[in-house]
Amino acid sequence: MTSTNYDPRVLKALHPVPGAPDNWKRFFTFNTDAKVIGIQYIALALFFLLVGGLLAMVMRGELITPPADLVDPTVYNGLYTMHGTVMLFLFLFPILNGFNNLLIPTMIGAPDMAFPKVNAAAFWIVPVFGVVLLASFFVPGGPASAGWWSYPPVSIQNPLGHFINGEFLWILAVALSGVSSIMGAVNFVTTIIRMRAPGMGFFRMPVFVWTAWAAQTLQLIGLPALTGGAIMLLFDLSFGTSFFRPEGGGDPVLYQHFFWFYSHPAVYVMVLPVFGIFSELITVYSRKPLFGYKFVALASFVITFLGLIVWVHHMFYSGTPQWMRNIFIVTTMLIAVPTGVKVFAWLGTLWGGKIRLTTPMLFVLGGLVNFILGGITGIMLGTAPVDIHVGNTYFVVAHFHYVIFNTIGFGIFAGIYHWFPKFTGRMYYEGLGKVHFLLTFIGATLNWLPLHWAGLYGMPRRVASYDPEFAIWNVVASIGAFMVGVAAIPFILNIVSSWARGAKAPPNPWNAIGLEWLLPSPPPAENFEDDVPTVISAPYGYGLGQPLVEDEEYYVRRALEA
Amino acid sequence: MTSTTPRPSGGLPVRLLLIVLAATLLDALASLQIARASLGWLPVPASTAAPYVDQLFQLEVGIGAFIFLGCSGFVLWAVLFNRAEKYDESDGLPIEGNTKLEITWTLIPFVIVMVLAYQAIHVSETLSALGPKAKYDLEGGSNPVSVEQLDPIRNYGPIQVISRQWNWEFIYPNGVRSSELHLPIDQRANFQLSSEDVIHGFYVPAFRLKQDIIPGSVISYSITPTREGRYRLRDSQFSGAYFSQNQTDVVVQSQEAFAAWLEQAARNPLVPGLSPATQLYQDRLSKGDKGWATVKPAPPPLVNDPGIPDAPHEA
Repeated sequence: MTSTNYDPRVLKALHPVPGAPDNWKRFFTFNTDAKVIGIQYIALALFFLLVGGLLAMVMRGELITPPADLVDPTVYNGLYTMHGTVMLFLFLFPILNGFNNLLIPTMIGAPDMAFPKVNAAAFWIVPVFGVVLLASFFVPGGPASAGWWSYPPVSIQNPLGHFINGEFLWILAVALSGVSSIMGAVNFVTTIIRMRAPGMGFFRMPVFVWTAWAAQTLQLIGLPALTGGAIMLLFDLSFGTSFFRPEGGGDPVLYQHFFWFYSHPAVYVMVLPVFGIFSELITVYSRKPLFGYKFVALASFVITFLGLIVWVHHMFYSGTPQWMRNIFIVTTMLIAVPTGVKVFAWLGTLWGGKIRLTTPMLFVLGGLVNFILGGITGIMLGTAPVDIHVGNTYFVVAHFHYVIFNTIGFGIFAGIYHWFPKFTGRMYYEGLGKVHFLLTFIGATLNWLPLHWAGLYGMPRRVASYDPEFAIWNVVASIGAFMVGVAAIPFILNIVSSWARGAKAPPNPWNAIGLEWLLPSPPPAENFEDDVPTVISAPYGYGLGQPLVEDEEYYVRRALEA
Repeated sequence: MTSTTPRPSGGLPVRLLLIVLAATLLDALASLQIARASLGWLPVPASTAAPYVDQLFQLEVGIGAFIFLGCSGFVLWAVLFNRAEKYDESDGLPIEGNTKLEITWTLIPFVIVMVLAYQAIHVSETLSALGPKAKYDLEGGSNPVSVEQLDPIRNYGPIQVISRQWNWEFIYPNGVRSSELHLPIDQRANFQLSSEDVIHGFYVPAFRLKQDIIPGSVISYSITPTREGRYRLRDSQFSGAYFSQNQTDVVVQSQEAFAAWLEQAARNPLVPGLSPATQLYQDRLSKGDKGWATVKPAPPPLVNDPGIPDAPHEA
């Protein structure tokens, strides 16, 4: 290393120093800087997005023709199980925690998280269980292959009888993921409640922070149920207990309650922060205040509350009695109300705005339209009689991919582009970004729209082969899926090359209002350090002409000079 | 046509209202067409449940299409007419909200979803396909038949439906066993659903009905078929390696044809029934047992009528 411009202590510092040599090495250490951890989460999650996507490509290859001819059905079952698990536990949760790490402290003006070491430990559990999960491909008998629901008894059949088997490693990985998420949640919630900048009352918090708070509250309430269920499942699998084994008097349906009590809210854990991203971005790129900010903020917690009492709609056909169906039909229908409040607020924000169709805005608008469709099919699935026909068919697969990829995935891409300049200090390439959006939007639509009809016509999900009448929808879906796969190329190209040699980013390239935009790009280790601004207005004051903080010019100047 | 500010002048809201009215009308017409078309997206209706489910579905498609087209039409409109010019760095109208509007769009969806919930509960209770579920002791020697609770308003049955990894077996009251489910038309048939291994799903898309079969329990379930024909019966709850092969047909016959079939079948000798997984598993073994682990398929049940696996099905 030839650099002598830097004090050696700076080079040993835990956080990246802009311009310092060998900065990248810091990303492979037990670093306690939330911004480093955020990027660690996002980079690792994007790696697993590729892994999960690759599994999906093989699956869509198998499903392009009716018979199971590309891979053995047992292999297909392993692939779809791992696809779902990787995408949820190694892509979506980690990447959203990446956003939490980058955005919560900078948006509320905190120097770091409340518990930086817990934060770093929570992150480092992710690669550990990632390795455990990927290792399960190589144990005798192959990985877990009972779906990400892992319903017993099929999940605990253990055909080879080995103690270490795919399912064993799967449960271990899911339990570790739960531990990591709980550690993260404790940290995020504490940070939001305790570490806001002076003047930032709850109703001056950006909506992303509201949604992250609502989502992490769900983690704290729901995860213990899943983790408990997973441990009981592990005991049934490995130590001969009968919590869920009918032979010993256990009840397999009990597991479904444990599982869905968490795993339905888990969808809200993922979608709420994306609602936050939508709220942040629609205001910036429409140059308007958020329509009905307080309603939007509070609706997050209404969703949290209702999200906890709808889980049985996943079990309408499991033999649930009529009275139970009726209750959960009503609660499931109710959740449309706060969600609708948010959607209409975004539409109201677009109204009369000065809309700029940058890459992040394109992903937001695409994601919003997709979400309306995914939400409507969700309502349909909440009405038991329709669910009893289309439940466990490709209609459900189409519905939840519309929510999970076409909404949450789109929101994540939007967020990555929007905050890329802030946290890397470089501008991304707009042209490549738009190519990425177009390929993704067209591919995703071709992929999941036709599958609704396959499901309505009675094609069950999770099948390795199917009757020829479903072929046409599956051919189109596979072509769409391959397009989504190809869309990864401009995305990776964009991220890698703009990070390496993109134009330097100013502190506030989008002319956005928010504490994070008063910081230099990238922000220094402790964000505002000892000089935390005092917040004097509600967020999103576009066109209102009020400063967000006291002495705003001072902070703007300071960020520019840094 | 750049963005106009509708508030200041008195003349504009009329035009705006007209546009909104025309758009709503167009949206309503389009949604009506979509709702009409939506019945064609479903398999032929072949049970008494189907018309109820289809009507509810159609209603939801109609309302859903109206909301989807309305909202995405609005997004499209905003993108077309509220775009900032290339170097326009100014802000939009600083509207922070409107409490009346907020309350309206909280109440209207609330009413819509409550109407749907009411409809859904009403349909669900009308169908009353699902009877009681009774557990039995798998190890202690009790069997599904000992705990079964029959549907008091059945016209036919009970038919024992036994699901396995990966085949189906149907046992009729006169002792006949079959691999395909034969049903007399217009008779409420009662099933006693049981599983010998894992959870399976009893799903006939043409009937619009689906019920998971829980090992260790017997579930009483009733269906009235209304249309003669041959329909697919699929396993809808993932049940392991050859899950996708675990399908057979339902044959709905006139009452005379059904009685004749039952009589004929009673005279047939028992032969191994339909079990495509058995063949696939043999193929796999002969190719060196490659692939990931699976339990062995249960042997095919011995039945009086193994069915016609290649017969074309209607849905």
